[in-house]
Amino acid sequence: MAVSQNWLLRPFQERSTQIFLGVLFAALVVVTFLHLFMPQDSALHVSAYTVTLLGKYLCYALLAVAVDLVWGYLGILSLGHGAFFALGGYAMGMYLMRQIGDRGTYGDPILPDFMVFLNWGELPWYWLGFDMAWFAFIMVLLAPGILALVFGFLAFRSRVTGVYLSIITQALTFALMLAFFRNEMGFGGNNGLTDFRDILGFNLRTDATRLGLFIATGIALAIGYVICRAIVASKLGRVSIACRDAEARTRFLGYRVERVQLFVFVVSAMLAGVAGALYVPQVGIINPSEFSPLFSIEIVVWVALGGRATLYGAVIGAILVNYAKTVFTGVMPDAWLFMLGGLFVLVTVFLPKGIAGLLKKRQKQPQTQEATA
Amino acid sequence: MSIIRSLTLLLIALVSLWSLPASAQDDDPGKALLANLAEAPASNVEEAINAIVSSGDPRARGWLEAYGNNRLSRIKDTGQVVVVLNNRGRDWEIANPLTGENMGDMSRRELDRVAINNAIRGQLEGILAMLDLNAADPHVREASAQDMMGKVDASLVEPLEARLELEENANVRNRIEEALAIYRVGEGDIEAVDVLAGSLHPRARAALNQAVRSDDPVLAKKAGQALGTIEQKLKLNRAAETLYFGLSLGSVLVLAAIGLAITFGVMGVINMAHGELIMLGAYTTWGMQQLLPGQPGLALILSIPAGFLVAATAGIIIERSVIQYLKGRPLETLLATFGISLILQQLVRTVISPQNRTVVTPDWMSGSLVINDALSLTLNRMYVLGFALVVFAALMLIMRKTRLGLEVRAVTQNRNMARSMGIRATRVDIMTFALGSGVAGLAGVALSQLTNVGPNLGQNYIIDSFMVVVFGGVGNLWGTLIAGLSLGTINQLLEPWAGAVLAKIIVLVFIILFIQKRPKGLFPQKGRAAEG
Repeated sequence: MAVSQNWLLRPFQERSTQIFLGVLFAALVVVTFLHLFMPQDSALHVSAYTVTLLGKYLCYALLAVAVDLVWGYLGILSLGHGAFFALGGYAMGMYLMRQIGDRGTYGDPILPDFMVFLNWGELPWYWLGFDMAWFAFIMVLLAPGILALVFGFLAFRSRVTGVYLSIITQALTFALMLAFFRNEMGFGGNNGLTDFRDILGFNLRTDATRLGLFIATGIALAIGYVICRAIVASKLGRVSIACRDAEARTRFLGYRVERVQLFVFVVSAMLAGVAGALYVPQVGIINPSEFSPLFSIEIVVWVALGGRATLYGAVIGAILVNYAKTVFTGVMPDAWLFMLGGLFVLVTVFLPKGIAGLLKKRQKQPQTQEATA
Repeated sequence: MSIIRSLTLLLIALVSLWSLPASAQDDDPGKALLANLAEAPASNVEEAINAIVSSGDPRARGWLEAYGNNRLSRIKDTGQVVVVLNNRGRDWEIANPLTGENMGDMSRRELDRVAINNAIRGQLEGILAMLDLNAADPHVREASAQDMMGKVDASLVEPLEARLELEENANVRNRIEEALAIYRVGEGDIEAVDVLAGSLHPRARAALNQAVRSDDPVLAKKAGQALGTIEQKLKLNRAAETLYFGLSLGSVLVLAAIGLAITFGVMGVINMAHGELIMLGAYTTWGMQQLLPGQPGLALILSIPAGFLVAATAGIIIERSVIQYLKGRPLETLLATFGISLILQQLVRTVISPQNRTVVTPDWMSGSLVINDALSLTLNRMYVLGFALVVFAALMLIMRKTRLGLEVRAVTQNRNMARSMGIRATRVDIMTFALGSGVAGLAGVALSQLTNVGPNLGQNYIIDSFMVVVFGGVGNLWGTLIAGLSLGTINQLLEPWAGAVLAKIIVLVFIILFIQKRPKGLFPQKGRAAEG
């Protein structure tokens, strides 16, 4: 197959990307069709609830893709990606909060309910501008991006890698969780941001908006996936894989390892932020528990289950684990943590390449070279 | 009808008087004293009380206390004075004030409360304290003298001075002098300020604050100076207290992290289930106390070896079942052990309870060591601090002086070389991991005395523990000790002006930044050990 010189077009020539995008769009179309055109009482009808649930899974899938980009292709096990996800979510939440306007319980046209409740006199400076959608959407990318840039700049410059990096990313999200739990921070403290009404003028509680959000999430996932593939297939991606496998050697070959790491890390954080921003209007709340270290580490296990360094594996893992979570927390809530814990152990010990590894073994024909990683 | 009834009552009263166990009680001087008090008109009550006090009767305190609490009553029919033990409901439980014997229940209608007015009750406090000043136990005397601070009035000055003459115990003397000085400063006595200048008692400060505002410029100035000295002393004491709490928090961190310093620092195994091993140690203490009800102290002491064994066994199981297959893959080890931590937490939730369990603190560990009025050190924290140091010393000895320690260091530096020298590396792995896990169990035993024992206990410590180990320098036990103690102290120093949560955030951010600056921690390993 002739390889295109255009780095952005290259992913579309890969078989795995074609299959992935094909399946994703087919799923979007089928769900939309079943939701809109099947009668309510039909067994095939997809309820608005299910559509939102699927949208939530797709957000998680995008988040998992972001984690796989840094873990699978850069060798950085981030235990703090939940923080980027949550920051994107908070940026979106702040926009949605301002959209409530004077329809809140206290009817204040500017201050959100929790600020009125806490007797805040005026809007803190960092809330300014969030009444404008474009500003909020830029912040969805910038807030996690800047945090990743500063954190990554400090960490990669001093060559903090491996386990140390994992532990300090965990400390980062833990510190942020503690901070966001404080009422003084002005992000709603314990309760977070909730009671949203509109997004871009559409009522969040109507089925049409929910379907729209679901489709938007699907498209975001497709774009995110293609961006990641493009990065991986580019020269930068090759260097990044080299960093993963032999950091010192790559450095000695003359590559600026920390720049590559920083770039990939920031892109990944922004993707996580977008996932968070799409997640918030669908679940209707954002609170500091998204910052919890447990959530961040759960993301990693989705990727591990699906298969590291495949990207589509991350999507499979995220959807499978979260589907299992929905089912089991409903049926036997006590057993879920046992299962999740067992999953961590079993996947790492017996399934180091994840489900994607199993698929490849079946085919006996590696689709990408990274499979050997 | 009514005449007949009163006659009958009179008859019954007479009979009951007869039937009273007479003799001994009738001769008791206390009986007369109490009757005197009960019958005295309001103007003579003081006299009656004084009579009781000056009698020197050892039971006097009990009587006056009951009197002050409205518990002294007279049986309407017989005139006998009794103490009401329980005044709930219709029938009140009463006792004989002379012998202390319980007289059973009696309808409250047949009892007549011995009246007391508020003026008398106010004086009674001082009088009771005076009585305590005569007690044989110097601690009781000191406590009562302390109670008197700020409550001395003109009537008490004389008896207090008399008491001061007799008093031999230096602490009690100081207290009495301070109590008198507070009164005298209030009266404008300039000399008395000197006595209070060294006192840290809040009442002494209150008296001086009053004096500063007095019209007498000399007194005001002197009181101001005395207050300045006291402020200085208080500041010192507050600093000492912060340091103590900081060291105590630090010792907790050290205990939690020291096991990790072995498994993570020395062996290089990332054990995210370390916190849950701590939790197992804490639950072992709880279990021990359930097995030995009524003997919390013994149970606690037995929990030390038991907690070690439980956690060490759990550690061995984790090592054999999971970690050994993930050698050389630290990130995978991290994930797998995190999974184990989830399973252990849920196991405790399912088997025991999702709620916190209470672990009893034995008597000899509760209470506090009072240094002075402004500084008292809680004993349980002191024990934990000592325990942490002992554990640290023991680990140091094991790593430095025993064959196991030597082998551990050999295996971590160069596994293949060590094996070719005849060291059974796998066995060393198991032993080391068991040691580190066991120490986590010990930490749990100690923590059960300070915090709630619940399924989330371990989670609260895992990030802190890793931070301490990384901050101190991986593979360096001394680094862990110093990092733990200093982080604890920094946290406590920040707390007063930042609040607990913000202090913690600041410390976390500080460590994150510190690791950027010095990725190998405070005390990086040097030489060959550093390369592993």
